[in-house]
Amino acid sequence: MSMPEQARQALEAFEQGKGWEQRARLLMQWGDRLEPLAETDKTEANRVHGCESLVWLVAELVDGQWRFKASSDARLLRGLLALLLVRVQGLTSEELARLDLREWFTQLGLERQLSPSRSNGLHAVLQRMTKLASTR
Amino acid sequence: MFQPSPWRADFPAIAALQRQHQTYLDSAATTQKPQALIDALSHYYGHGAANVHRAQHLPGALATQAFETSRDKVAAWLNAADSRQIVFTHGATSALNLLAYGLEHRFEAGDEIAISALEHHANLLPWQQLARRRNLRLVILPLDAFGRIDLNQALQLIGPRTRVLAVSQLSNVLGTWQPLPALLSHARAQGALTVVDGAQGVVHGRHDVQQLGCDFYVFSSHKLYGPDGVGVLYGHTQALELLRHWQFGGEMVQLAEYQSASFRPAPLGFEAGTPPIAGVIGLGATLDYLASLDAQAVEAHETSLHQHLLRGLADREGVRVLGAPQTALASFVIEGVHNADIAHLLTEQGIAVRAGHHCAMPLLQGLGLEGAIRVSLGLYNDSDDLQRFFAALDQGLELLR
Repeated sequence: MSMPEQARQALEAFEQGKGWEQRARLLMQWGDRLEPLAETDKTEANRVHGCESLVWLVAELVDGQWRFKASSDARLLRGLLALLLVRVQGLTSEELARLDLREWFTQLGLERQLSPSRSNGLHAVLQRMTKLASTR
Repeated sequence: MFQPSPWRADFPAIAALQRQHQTYLDSAATTQKPQALIDALSHYYGHGAANVHRAQHLPGALATQAFETSRDKVAAWLNAADSRQIVFTHGATSALNLLAYGLEHRFEAGDEIAISALEHHANLLPWQQLARRRNLRLVILPLDAFGRIDLNQALQLIGPRTRVLAVSQLSNVLGTWQPLPALLSHARAQGALTVVDGAQGVVHGRHDVQQLGCDFYVFSSHKLYGPDGVGVLYGHTQALELLRHWQFGGEMVQLAEYQSASFRPAPLGFEAGTPPIAGVIGLGATLDYLASLDAQAVEAHETSLHQHLLRGLADREGVRVLGAPQTALASFVIEGVHNADIAHLLTEQGIAVRAGHHCAMPLLQGLGLEGAIRVSLGLYNDSDDLQRFFAALDQGLELLR
């Protein structure tokens, strides 16, 4: 499956990132690029539970393509969300269902962030996405 | 100055974790296990498992004997008057649920149950749900600025309608000892039954249930360096007689017919099904190990490490410690920094601490917080563990700021 340009850039940056400090810096940089979420989008319905921090995921299907917006009050999680969105933006439901997001985070060297025991919420966000892709 | 733990080598997992570059500072969640316990489990499974209180054969007799010896050891650990006052459950949570169901018949609509604002969900939800089932009032005793139950207010709130007082001995979030003597004697004078959640308290120092004067005392084995899946309910003999049976099956029955049955008294009557036999035997071995330690040396070690922790936190700008911790742990937040971010960076550096609401959501909400970081100590921790934590905290904050 082809990869969006921004995702390619992210992969390149994280493949070069050595050590936890470098990875954390990169995460914060990518988090800062995340488009801010309008206050009106921060609703209970958009809230993803199962996280120790506040996380919102807004999903819209426009002409058969998914448009996602996401945010969190935690900075490093915003970075993880940004890396997720660059990979899934604009995909169709079929493409989203076929995409192995675990593999994507593994490529980035961030697979440990996906563990269900982690309370950071990325796992819960991914579950919500999978559910969305399978129901529409 | 380096402060070693003389007991560190007794816990093989600490060295194993260190080889994985992990510093374990989450003992209030669960503890690492002493070799004595691992040996006891291995011996039991390696020499013949058997069910207890059922079989006439030799393995069954040996298992039952070991199981009942553990009951004696727990009774001795708590200075209970009689081993029959010790009921084994599957954890502190299940012991508290046993109480909330076993005492349900004693309540009438409008009666009150008093708990404190700092209770762990395990000592909140069973009572809350009982209150909802029976239309009771759940009274929440407020805290003072140090994180202790406010005695003046509590003594007003616990009155003749209070049927049960259920409070923690040591807070799992604030690390504060609660003023149990005054609370318990007042509640008793009002005719209420008293329940002490000793899940954290039992781990630090020795506690005498007769001296405490509570009707029930609850703890879980796994926080006391024992195996998980085992809890203990101590009950004063008269208090145990008040309990209705709540889980059915196994050797808790005396006589069973198709349409009716009669049940055994405590303790066996409240140990439905096959109990966690290996775990109970393991807890006995853990208690033997703990009893062999110099209690004063343990206390001095824990106090000194705790002081070190508090000093280090106080030295750092923007760190706010929750309450005034007295023992074993400290929870904190950092101004302008999200807990999840700090937790993330500590994890990256191999520091195992707990982040979040610590199973006490209403307490955190009451403090106006989404969550906090908790550092908690065990007797195997040494000052290097704290140094590594502080170095990691400084590194993380430097990155985030």
